Amino acid sequence: MFTRRDFLQYTINAGAALGVAGYGANITRALAQQKLTQDELLKFDSKGQITLLHFTDVHAQLKPVYFRPPDTNIGIGDYAGIPPHLVGEEFLKYFGITKGSPLAYAHTMVNYEELARTYGRLGGLDRTATLVKAIRGERGDDRVLFLDGGDTWQGSYTSLKSNGQDVVDCMKLLKPDAMVGHWEFTLGEDRVKEIIDDMGYPFLASNIFDNEWDEPVFESTAMFEKGGVKVAVIGQAMPYTPISNPGWMFPKWSFGIRPETLQENVDKARGDGAEVVVLLSHNGFDVDRKLAGVVNGIDVILTGHTHDATPQAIEIGSTLLLASGSHGKYLGRVDLEVRDGKVVGHSSNLIPVFSDVIQPDSEMAAKIDEVRKPHETELNRVLGKTENLLYRRGNFNGTWDDLICQGIIEQRDTQIALSPGFRWGTTLLPDQDIAVDDLYTQTSMSYPSVYRLEFTGTQMKEILEDVCDNLFNKDPFLQQGGDMVRVGGMSYTCSPNADMGGRISDMRLMSTGELLEADKKYVVGGWASVNENVEGPAIYDLMEKHITQKQVVSLHDQPTVKVEM
Amino acid sequence: MKLDRRQVLGLTAGAAVFAVAGVRVTPATAAAEDAAKRIMEFTGGKQPASGKITLKTPEIAENGNTVPISVSVESAMSGDDMVQSVMILAEGNPNPDVATFHFTELSGEASATTRMRLAKTQNVVAIAKMKDGSVYSDTRQVKVTIGGCGG
Repeated sequence: MFTRRDFLQYTINAGAALGVAGYGANITRALAQQKLTQDELLKFDSKGQITLLHFTDVHAQLKPVYFRPPDTNIGIGDYAGIPPHLVGEEFLKYFGITKGSPLAYAHTMVNYEELARTYGRLGGLDRTATLVKAIRGERGDDRVLFLDGGDTWQGSYTSLKSNGQDVVDCMKLLKPDAMVGHWEFTLGEDRVKEIIDDMGYPFLASNIFDNEWDEPVFESTAMFEKGGVKVAVIGQAMPYTPISNPGWMFPKWSFGIRPETLQENVDKARGDGAEVVVLLSHNGFDVDRKLAGVVNGIDVILTGHTHDATPQAIEIGSTLLLASGSHGKYLGRVDLEVRDGKVVGHSSNLIPVFSDVIQPDSEMAAKIDEVRKPHETELNRVLGKTENLLYRRGNFNGTWDDLICQGIIEQRDTQIALSPGFRWGTTLLPDQDIAVDDLYTQTSMSYPSVYRLEFTGTQMKEILEDVCDNLFNKDPFLQQGGDMVRVGGMSYTCSPNADMGGRISDMRLMSTGELLEADKKYVVGGWASVNENVEGPAIYDLMEKHITQKQVVSLHDQPTVKVEM
Repeated sequence: MKLDRRQVLGLTAGAAVFAVAGVRVTPATAAAEDAAKRIMEFTGGKQPASGKITLKTPEIAENGNTVPISVSVESAMSGDDMVQSVMILAEGNPNPDVATFHFTELSGEASATTRMRLAKTQNVVAIAKMKDGSVYSDTRQVKVTIGGCGG
């Protein structure tokens, strides 16, 4: 399915450099540049008439980031042990990546801290701009489609303060050919429409219908002629947006996977002469893997939402599936050779955006500086320092959410804390400062109130079972993406392969070790409730206070979840 | 799975609460039996065959209080190839009755759309009764969830 040849360019072993632990950008730049060059990153087996570039789930990260990949990503049933449910050494083995290499650093958490100090941050929209421009230059503008997979306008301090305008202004310079959405909708219906009217490229959704008349709200499809070939791009929004996020912010819109509608739109595109059909999707990886076998006639699915990254496209029957990661870490590329109205050849690659190796595009760099300038002092204001690696990704926990749960328990005086299983949010290395900018990569959102309520033991179990079934349902069409809700102050055992109602057991208060009782009430704090009129301080304000009080964050490894497979 | 049942039972002394609050997928309830009885009454004791009738529902309800569903039956809607009526049942609701649609030749086609309330995750069943006495059914599970933690 993938060839080793394509990886050779990245797999120079970094072993010799591992002993050197540098902090400053200059040191990582020097180290990274010893291993890699921009030309090497762009090296690609160009093919055919069309190049698709896929950029997804940047979560408003305009600047380069550290982002530690997950150590746990469990697949269920038919989806166990195959991409994207491979982490660490298993991932390296499956894709033939050398340990300690730049690709190993980009894709896994193996030796994460050491490699982060060697290879530096990934991403940065100015670096992505350089890559996009270089590929457009090499291939010719008339052969390239640049597609934005969504979750673009939310996730930073500046995106929150500007209602997404900062990212929109930057993305406009990149001139995407189309985009789809998910967190975009949490800006509310009016704001979403306002941006779409202004941004100058289509916002596609085959699966959003008006609640009242059951009519499509957005265009489903955009047709292009690239390299003399007719290409249809069909869009899918995150199917469960009104369930995972506050539906009251866009009450007129109904979502869903709607495979039948998608099939109709594929057929219509073919009827209108499309020789290539591309699905630009925010469904999530497993949903799209299943969808590839359910809907006929899709040549390529560019998938986002679950923040998975495949070094190359995976073939599912006659459909190619490429997952292009998140937070600006990668730019996905698929070249297609089309003959007699059919895709007859392809090559693909996920280009890791090594920020110390790729020259920033000056136009984009200037725009990023411009949108951040009014907030510069606040963004750089240091709240404290961390002794631990602070990261979020993982099915059950991450240290950032451990810290957030600790903050909720201490600041709101609760027994138990819940933090949603978001997959967005960047990483800080040990001994790094925690600035306002960093805190908002974890908490920037339009429904940030921290509630304080009493739940019975029964209710706690219901909540955990419900979220767990959304993550580990055997049918991907019933998975909503995201990870397990993070729990503080309480431990439990999780059996992902069990059925709903039987996955969560042994729920205990950490302070006393006692089992939760069904009818007893417990004081619980949490944030990002999808309900309207939630009362409480904003999570970013609460955490600012907490980190400022702590000054030095030091989290002791206290596992709260026991997983039984 | 090393689940200690005693601990679970200790925790969930009121395990019945789960069924009421609706986080379990257990079709074998009194309501499901009630639904099966209604179907037999509707079909005159005949076991429905699969095919001909298509029920469309969301996989997961966006709002359990108003779940859109639609049903259609393949039929010429003339002569003997006529759909007389279609009954919709929600197996897990306290009262499984949702709606019964009646059709005539003037209907032109046998299709209908409605919205229903679903108390919890459950099967929705649609049964079509044809003029020639044959009956067909389609079943879809609709999940009702708390939601709220997607990334």
